[in-house]
Amino acid sequence: MTQRTVVENSALNIVVLVKYVPDTQFDRHLTGDSHRIDRNESILSELDEYALEAALALTDARGGAKAGNKVTALTLGPAAAAAAVKKSLQIGATDGVHVSDEALAGSDASATSLALAAAIKTLGPVDLVITGMASTDGETSIIPAQLSARLGLPQLTFASSLEVDGSTVTARRDGDDFTEEIQATLPVLVSVTDQANEPRYPNFKGIIAAKKKKVATLSLAELGLPADAVGPAGSLTRVDAAAERPARTAGTIITDSGEAGVALADFLAAQKLI
Amino acid sequence: MRAIVVFIDQIDVPGTLHPTAHQLLTLARAAGEPVAVVAGPVDAGLAADLGAYGVTRILHSEQADLADYLVAPKADLVAQAAAAVSASAVLLDNGPQGREIAARAGVALNAGVITDAVSVESVDGALVAHKSVLAGSYTVAARATSAVAVISVKSHSVEAAPAAEATTPAVEAISVNFAPASLGARVVQRTPRAASGRPELEDARIVVAGGRGVDGDFGPVEELADVLGAAVGASRAATDAGWISHSAQVGQTGKKVSPQLYISVGISGAIQQKAGMQTSKVIVAVNKDPESPIFEIADFGIVGDLFKVLPQAVEEIKRRRG
Repeated sequence: MTQRTVVENSALNIVVLVKYVPDTQFDRHLTGDSHRIDRNESILSELDEYALEAALALTDARGGAKAGNKVTALTLGPAAAAAAVKKSLQIGATDGVHVSDEALAGSDASATSLALAAAIKTLGPVDLVITGMASTDGETSIIPAQLSARLGLPQLTFASSLEVDGSTVTARRDGDDFTEEIQATLPVLVSVTDQANEPRYPNFKGIIAAKKKKVATLSLAELGLPADAVGPAGSLTRVDAAAERPARTAGTIITDSGEAGVALADFLAAQKLI
Repeated sequence: MRAIVVFIDQIDVPGTLHPTAHQLLTLARAAGEPVAVVAGPVDAGLAADLGAYGVTRILHSEQADLADYLVAPKADLVAQAAAAVSASAVLLDNGPQGREIAARAGVALNAGVITDAVSVESVDGALVAHKSVLAGSYTVAARATSAVAVISVKSHSVEAAPAAEATTPAVEAISVNFAPASLGARVVQRTPRAASGRPELEDARIVVAGGRGVDGDFGPVEELADVLGAAVGASRAATDAGWISHSAQVGQTGKKVSPQLYISVGISGAIQQKAGMQTSKVIVAVNKDPESPIFEIADFGIVGDLFKVLPQAVEEIKRRRG
């Protein structure tokens, strides 16, 4: 990526990745011969709200949009995915970009990160690319690391806290065995966890302001990518078969009348678990 | 025979292999010729341990950058070593680091990446990975269509088994060329987290998890866990309340577990929680609210006061073991 010098606490240009995903509150399904996710009943991924909040908190601290800070919500997906960008604009993103092309359908993580990297490169010198810790549909957390590799940006992922002082970025990463403090110099790629902040909700002013904001659409041609670089042709993985797991059914439910602890031990013994 | 690379991290605890490493080596041996790629030192003991699992070649690097920067240098090591041995597959653990190394190595090797595999099998010369998707509501079989497959594999994908005949692996130190951007995210501080002495959540055969209903007191949950040799988990409500570390969280944004037995205590069983545990073999629920959705998926449910039921169960289990 193009390097640029960031003077002390100058305005930031941030790209936030937002994904339009099936609402996790409902049953979700795979559909068709290629076992793709059914995207009806979809919403902005809950985990991307933390990424958006992280970006808005950083730009608020530097004077917001008035001071020239830019937060671009970027999505890749079918026509309906523009809803994720629109919601982001209501919450406070200043700009919206929707990468939309029929050839993208059925892209795996590799093809998706290729197209997203190309899209981010069209947005000029970017200081931070911020993503959620995972999408709530694919749940693999592959995209942030692949984008970091493709864009040549330092990777600060699974950040449970994020600070930017001048051009120095500090993040905390909580692992099972260690808590790590990670430092890098802008520009960087960051993914934030659901511990990083408390996402704000869109307010009335934001909803009205969002009506004036436009969502730019980018096609594959505009990204300089041939159709066979994405979709099934450009993907490096394939789903051979999918099976819906039989729904769990309720077993024996008892109400404690003073002996339930013993009944629990009986159950565990009968299952040979003790 | 085709080379199958298994990544082994020896930066933090040199000399000991995580049980998952033995499982990955067992999978690799079934699929081809296991090659260990080690970040960190390789002493005679480690080489013998790897040899016991049939490893013929060990490529390793002790370059300081591997420890000093986050993830990316280890991915450079894995990608360059895999290319050097013309690997047809790379297997890694499924922790956050393992998945991210897989993701980056996939870009470097132009290889398909599959995460969260619960089993891996050879079908017509290709590796097919099985995994749960959409929070356990589907299982899929997936494969890489590229020359190299990169797969991160969850614990207990296979029972670890040493090779019929131990090998004496050749140990080669390699020098990794790190990409400039790989040396961008520096680890400036590492603080070990306190060890609980209990099994790790994702490795445990039994998990006892507490939620809002424990009301700040994980004592009964921990006592039941300890009598069962179980790991302790928690719902997001309990970790957000600060009653227990966030690393104990089971759910959509926490750990995804599928133990032999999951005992859910004082947890309502909302979608967020179910996404992390509904593939458990047996589910037991204790909750005072009979309307809790957790009872819809419990094999055995107790409507009652956890502060009475759990201590009684602990006493009864101890008594039977007498």
